[in-house]
Amino acid sequence: MNMELSRRQFLGAVGAGAAATALGSLGFGEIEAAHAEAIRAFKLVSTTETRNTCPYCSVACGIIMYSKGDRTKGEKAEIIHIEGDTDHPTNRGTLCPKGAALLDFVKSETRLKYPMIRKPGSDKFERVSWDEALDRIVRLMKDDRDANFVERNEAGVPVNRWITTGFLAASATTNETAWETYKVVRSAGMLVFDNQARV
Amino acid sequence: MTNSWTDIKNTDLVIIMGGNAAEAHPCGFKWVTEAKANRGAKLIVVDPRFTRSASVADLYAPIRQGTDIAFLLGMINYCMQNDKVQWDYVKAFTNASYIVKDGFAYKDGLFTGYDEVKRDYDKSTWDYVIGPDGYAVVDDTLANPRCVWNLLKEHVSVYTPEMVERICGTPKDKFLKVAEMVSECSSPTKAMTSMYALGWTQHSKGSQNIRAMAMLQLILGNIGVRGGGMNALRGHSNIQGLTDVGLMSNLLPGYLTIPNEKEVDLETYMSTRGFKPLRPNQMSYWQNYRKFFVSFQKAMWGTAATPQNDFAYDWLPKLDVSGYDILRALELMGQGKMTGYLCQGFNPLLAAPNRKKVTDSLSKLKFLVTMDPLDTETARFWENHGEYNDVDPSQIQTEVIQLPSTCFAEDEGSLTNSSRWLQWHWPGGTPPGEAKTDNWIMAQIHVRLKALYRKEGGKFPDPIVNLDWAYADPNEPTAEELAKEINGKALSTVYDTADPTKVLAEAGKLLPGFAALRDDGSTTCGCWVYSGCFNEKGNNMARRDTSDPDETGAYSKWTFSWPANRRILYNRASADLNGKPWDPSRKIIEWDGAKWSGYDVPDILPTAKPGEVGPFIMNPEGVSRLFTRGMMRDGPFPAHYEPFESPLGNLVAPNVRGNPAARVFKGDFEQFAEPASAEFPYAATSYRLTEHFHYWTKHVHTNAVLQPEFFVEISEELAAEKGITKGGWVHVWSKRGSIEAKALVTKRIKPLICDGKPVHVIGIPLHWGFTGAARKGFGPNSLTPFVGDANIETPEYKAFLVNIEPIAGPVA
Repeated sequence: MNMELSRRQFLGAVGAGAAATALGSLGFGEIEAAHAEAIRAFKLVSTTETRNTCPYCSVACGIIMYSKGDRTKGEKAEIIHIEGDTDHPTNRGTLCPKGAALLDFVKSETRLKYPMIRKPGSDKFERVSWDEALDRIVRLMKDDRDANFVERNEAGVPVNRWITTGFLAASATTNETAWETYKVVRSAGMLVFDNQARV
Repeated sequence: MTNSWTDIKNTDLVIIMGGNAAEAHPCGFKWVTEAKANRGAKLIVVDPRFTRSASVADLYAPIRQGTDIAFLLGMINYCMQNDKVQWDYVKAFTNASYIVKDGFAYKDGLFTGYDEVKRDYDKSTWDYVIGPDGYAVVDDTLANPRCVWNLLKEHVSVYTPEMVERICGTPKDKFLKVAEMVSECSSPTKAMTSMYALGWTQHSKGSQNIRAMAMLQLILGNIGVRGGGMNALRGHSNIQGLTDVGLMSNLLPGYLTIPNEKEVDLETYMSTRGFKPLRPNQMSYWQNYRKFFVSFQKAMWGTAATPQNDFAYDWLPKLDVSGYDILRALELMGQGKMTGYLCQGFNPLLAAPNRKKVTDSLSKLKFLVTMDPLDTETARFWENHGEYNDVDPSQIQTEVIQLPSTCFAEDEGSLTNSSRWLQWHWPGGTPPGEAKTDNWIMAQIHVRLKALYRKEGGKFPDPIVNLDWAYADPNEPTAEELAKEINGKALSTVYDTADPTKVLAEAGKLLPGFAALRDDGSTTCGCWVYSGCFNEKGNNMARRDTSDPDETGAYSKWTFSWPANRRILYNRASADLNGKPWDPSRKIIEWDGAKWSGYDVPDILPTAKPGEVGPFIMNPEGVSRLFTRGMMRDGPFPAHYEPFESPLGNLVAPNVRGNPAARVFKGDFEQFAEPASAEFPYAATSYRLTEHFHYWTKHVHTNAVLQPEFFVEISEELAAEKGITKGGWVHVWSKRGSIEAKALVTKRIKPLICDGKPVHVIGIPLHWGFTGAARKGFGPNSLTPFVGDANIETPEYKAFLVNIEPIAGPVA
């Protein structure tokens, strides 16, 4: 699990203890201790470690994300460093030029922050609230579904399909999101349904 | 993958064809390096470009893109002609000995039953002779001229090394060297692994590319063994999972299929899904189909799915065509037949072929919704970006709603990698601004739509209002809740059918795995192949035990591998007819006289006697198929077809253009360049760079710095011929569109001599667009044809025709 005592915290504590003992045995005293005090602690010791996997290709390398703040304690958490997970059997700590730059993905300037609407014929996006955006979406969906849903085909067989609105699923959402998406899409009767397996 | 990334270390020979793992899957490629360093494995790369995979290969053979089947059938021919066959494996574990119906034949590039108007086959003769006992007729001596082995021998005989050279442009001596190295793996103690990716799938005959290699691997006895297998590298982090969970037009989760409208009720639907064994004693595991299906319906509609209403069979939408894939969707949009489209983390403006057609199609929608962590081109398809997106917003009446979603670092759940490992991940960061998880967004769509139906009524609300939605917070189901649904649970106590006193799962408990599923409505299961992922032992996808007894590479306690935590599919085939490993140093499982056991979960009933029960338990035959009956649209054997746009005609079937069974929409054929076109003389292909991932990393500062600018790659010979300078600007155009780019003139691409004529190859990387941190550029889809694979509609991105001219660069 990712909640265990972090490897770095463990190594950090062991390392500092071993160094102090060794110095003492060699007869160095307070000067060395003071020197050790003055050395800045390893930066990542104060961060929260979280296990994740690289979202790009499907080698699915293990990664460790280091954040200031701990989400599990309800804190705001800012990821400040990402590196390969040396425990992971596939990548054993290595990352490629994409995985090694994941922090810049998390912090990309073109990350989206707010729902936007572009009205017909307009040349700009306008910020809206989530409620406005979602209510508009389901209004558009329901109006189309009610207008074009096919309950029975010409032979009178129940077919219950809706083919005038479609859904393209992703390539990097979780299996759990995929299952939830499946439920929502199919229960509405959608058949125009695809994912990114082909491209 | 049939095997896993970590298993590649066990191989003797790696063949990378249809992929470029060193650049596209760098950290997986290290297992090739391990095999080379630790056991002296060899690496062969077959590719139109001298890639970085090729640069560390023991043998590189160039090939013209789109001709892989000729090459592969050439290798099968070589093995058959030179007796390089693992005979015991082929005779016992494949359908080589099965007798095929008399009417079946192949002539001039076509199989029996072709209908030119429908571009489809009547496949009734593509089948076995069935005996009076109801089983397929076989001839173990392989003497019958109508047995699969002899038909295959005849079928591949045209693909001589000379013909391979003429079609593929691979020099005969190189081809023979590849064939010789590959054929050595017919030894029971040698294994070859096939590593492929979109270089094989993105063709109008992509499925048959893969089949051809699978057939070769069966002939060599390399399926089911350590260090062997068919290993799809897969392009995206969870495209395996999205497909397993069935997010495609014609699928239900776990590779069940959505009904078509001719299947008027559950019994009719089940009547073609009986999977009666075709040979005595065979498991034919799909006989459990009804259990998987009913448990899925119960997961969808809970108590509303009852035996009385056929478990809500009518609530599933019924298909009237083979499927509404993305190409058909865009075609319908273009015809003005669609109203809305929702894109969840998908950027079709750059990912779908023939960009002009995509733009025109999206422009005819009433509404488009995008959900993405990044500002995609699709969300801004209506915005003018000069030559990079030359549209007039005032003329586009589509309402676009862009929703910000979280990224991996802020989300929880499992992804299925190409090794079939479901790996759980945890969120570590707070999402930016008002970005929300996909789980929340999808729940909002459902909950709000349901509320509207309850308030207003409307067309057939039953499947929406009755959808099982018993989450602690209906506004945002948690990943754990959803994972448990996928795994499945017992609604009433489930007993062992073999021993009714033994309880498999108490009522209300999570199921141990799919063996506990029932067809009477007493179990639920969202996706049967994933059952076991989250059971009463806990979240098995979160397991982090790295132990690997005897270092087989299985890592059986690391996360969860579907199905049933099995690490190597078909692993029963790693042992001979007596249940002993073909190669003792490669043992996976072994028969001890009473049961199968070993390093991996046996891919067979643990008590199934060797010699009686075949290893390919999903097939009614119990064996694997060199001849696929009527299961593929374009033939029971692969055959060489040229790409729809090709620099030469089909040398083995001159009258056939492209794949004769591939779907082509009206209007798209006119947009294909003629074979051997003088107007479009160059063979183009698309590919990835190691510094970029699809259209995402151009939003990432570091990667945008590493590879800032779009280019096309050409040979020194073509550059000299056309007067193109290194780093100079070029105009590249196809019959569908045009792009401008800098020219990368390299030694990595060389002209190929095909049928005596030089063919120049042009490489077009796929990572640029008009949003993000990199410079603006184009994707290959500005040029590529709107046609897909005959079986699964993967667009033909890897082989098309263009022209190229040097131009003056833009004014800086």
